[in-house]
Amino acid sequence: MIERKKEVIASLENLGLQIYEQIDTGYFPSIEMPSRSTENIRYDPQIRQYILGDRKVRRHTRNIRHIRPFTQLVWTALFSRELTSHRKTSTLRDVYYSAQAYEMKFTDQQESNNIITDLETVLGLSREDFNIFPEERSAVFGDLTIEYTVPGYEGKTLNLTSHPDGVMIGPALTSSEFVSTTADKVIAIEKGGLFTRFVEENVHEKFNSLLVLTAGQAPRATRHFIRRLSRELDIPVYIFTDGDPWGMHIAMVIISGSANAAHLRKLTTPDAKWSGVWATDIVNYKLPTDPLDEVDIKRLYELQRDPRYKDPLWQREIKTFLKIRKKAEQEAFSRYGLTYIVDEYLPTKLEETK
Amino acid sequence: MARTTFEEISAADFFYRNRDIAGFTNPTRAIFASVRELVENSLDAAESLKVPPDIYVRLSYANETDKETNVFRLRIKDNGLGVPPRHIPSAFGQVLYGSKYKPKQQRGTFGLGGKMAILYGQITTHQPARIISSTGMSKIYSYKLRIDIQRNRPLILDRKVLINKERWRGTIVEFSLEGDYSRAMPKILEYFKQTAMVNPYANLTFVDPKGRLYKFTRVTEEMPDPPKETLPHPYGVDVELLQRLIHVTTFRNMSDFLKNHFHRIGEITAKKFLEFSNISPSKNPKRLSHEEVVRLMRMLKEFREFLPPNASCLSPLGEKLLKAGISKELKPEFIAVHQRRPSTYAGHPFIVEVAIAYGGEIPRKGSFLIYRFANRIPLLYDEASDVSTTVINSMNWRRYKVTPDMPIAIATHICSTKIPYKTVGKEFIADRPEVRREIANGLREVARSLQRFLTRREHVSRDRKRLDIFSKYLPKIAEFSTQLAGKEKNPDIKKLLRSVKKFGT
Repeated sequence: MIERKKEVIASLENLGLQIYEQIDTGYFPSIEMPSRSTENIRYDPQIRQYILGDRKVRRHTRNIRHIRPFTQLVWTALFSRELTSHRKTSTLRDVYYSAQAYEMKFTDQQESNNIITDLETVLGLSREDFNIFPEERSAVFGDLTIEYTVPGYEGKTLNLTSHPDGVMIGPALTSSEFVSTTADKVIAIEKGGLFTRFVEENVHEKFNSLLVLTAGQAPRATRHFIRRLSRELDIPVYIFTDGDPWGMHIAMVIISGSANAAHLRKLTTPDAKWSGVWATDIVNYKLPTDPLDEVDIKRLYELQRDPRYKDPLWQREIKTFLKIRKKAEQEAFSRYGLTYIVDEYLPTKLEETK
Repeated sequence: MARTTFEEISAADFFYRNRDIAGFTNPTRAIFASVRELVENSLDAAESLKVPPDIYVRLSYANETDKETNVFRLRIKDNGLGVPPRHIPSAFGQVLYGSKYKPKQQRGTFGLGGKMAILYGQITTHQPARIISSTGMSKIYSYKLRIDIQRNRPLILDRKVLINKERWRGTIVEFSLEGDYSRAMPKILEYFKQTAMVNPYANLTFVDPKGRLYKFTRVTEEMPDPPKETLPHPYGVDVELLQRLIHVTTFRNMSDFLKNHFHRIGEITAKKFLEFSNISPSKNPKRLSHEEVVRLMRMLKEFREFLPPNASCLSPLGEKLLKAGISKELKPEFIAVHQRRPSTYAGHPFIVEVAIAYGGEIPRKGSFLIYRFANRIPLLYDEASDVSTTVINSMNWRRYKVTPDMPIAIATHICSTKIPYKTVGKEFIADRPEVRREIANGLREVARSLQRFLTRREHVSRDRKRLDIFSKYLPKIAEFSTQLAGKEKNPDIKKLLRSVKKFGT
């Protein structure tokens, strides 16, 4: 982790040096980076995620429209270097406000987020690497002992079963080292209610697993964390979501990433499995359902054409959704008693998607 | 069975019955028209001497104790050439009597306005008018008179002769009239302002019934050359005019007759024309039969070789004075003026002058401010019907980067021996193709100048904005990158800023 931080600081400083030298030799400074326009985003089946193509864009300070975002970019780089080297963290919202102190006011949060994405693209690093985090809401629970690297906690260890609400996947956790675990799988869960049920029902012991709450669409830090669990501990990942196109896509983003993060690597877990709730589960388990509305159906047609969904399993489930025109939430299993999902459904599906 | 009775009415009686056509439609218009007619007479009187006019107008309540009535006393004093004593009664007490029936450019055309004002005052208040005038000689003449409407004759009630110790020269007209000043006020003030625009060499002072003083001060003593009287141009004559000329002429043959009574006919032209029309040069004009006169008129119009009338009978304001006048009243940021070359319509010479002014004290009101002038008088009514408005509205202003929401004023001035007014009230100008073309060409010329100004200004402001942005951000980039790179000293950005500057400013 420390090595990684040094690399990050080096590439930030290198960016500063590059700009410094351009000015010093009498040139208007400019920066080249891959284009993030939709035409330049393509799916790479090899690494199973979206990547950026060869098209480049140049932010040039000679251009009156570029000079302000350019300045913001350099400022953000400087701000990130300060954060990283003082081993402090910050949120996207912090960045937005801190800029005002330098008379570098961003028009809105979106503008500051875009600049951070620019910096990610220029450096090929994700914002978490330079200690800028979004607001966190996801958590992890299970027998995993970690060792902190954040200032004041260096060397301290924590077992992730120590708190029944789970441990928040924040900057301190994502930058920690994994020490030991007895778990042999990761179960990622979309919704907080079910996550709590799993903890209460001792799923982590019964199934020897680490439980991750994604809390809806998984934040990038969480996706990165799941990847690390999968890689560093060498254990499989199973994902449980609601039985609708949106739940399906939560799983897919953990597996294959999003187009928005096409400029980044190391956020995906290509071998993770979507274990349910499938459309076919709705049929097989006779779950209580809601009808699909227009937006759901439109989304299904979009997903049907999406290269990430070309696998037969996904195509089958999309077709089934379109056929039955119904969706079901994870909580729907409560119809068969509160423990049914843990006692019956979960073991069956883990087996099925092994 | 009803019997139809026939009677003859005098000219005064005619205008008494038809005062609408001279602009005395209602109490509001009447008070405006009275001020205006007398101011114009005063301007003409001063200009004919080439003296910068000094005109003082006072409008007061006729009865100071009772301000509820609508009776006003109007007094106008000028420094013009004065009226010779024997002409005073008729000049002010007889309709259609005057000095303005010559083919040269003047403000008034009918010799009607001043007398209409006095006539109107008399019929609404039954008070006599007082005229005081001197030509600057040893005496001042003061008349109190009334118009005998049925006979169109002045009735002299009182006559005084005063010693002119100070050799004052000018005319004072004072009379009572009914009117509605509170409604007429905006138009009257606008009239003075616009009059000041096209008479920048005049001092105009106006004291209104509430005692408020409005002063329009001259910015120059320079005046346009006064117009010369000219003979009628052959294209503009009609049978009546020919008959009159034949009646008064002392010349005994056609050749001399043509040469001496018409503009632009000399020895050679007369000879060519008489050959063309197959009239014997030795023919005595007085012997022309009625049919021959009609034929002569037609031939005069058909003959293509008469030169167009020259413009010596016209007195345009000139680009310099027009610019001075508009600048003084509107204080614009930019002004362009243009004078067209003389042109003619139906044998009448005319010159068009136009101006376009931008910014300064000109308000933004979503459409152009249009000022129309004819023979140096402002036209304030019926703007929508005027030829200038038609031309302005039909122009493609976007070609000149001009939009109606800009603070823009456009002035058009037409001077002619005969302005093609559509009404006796001198409100708006008819849409003659020749006039329309001259106005359009003039406007294009000034619009191009305005476009150049706007473009240049836009460039300058864009460059300044660019420089502002570069000066704001480049130092920051330099500072941030220095810190980021861990360097000691900021790189020098002066060279980069210099290269931004040379884009234009």
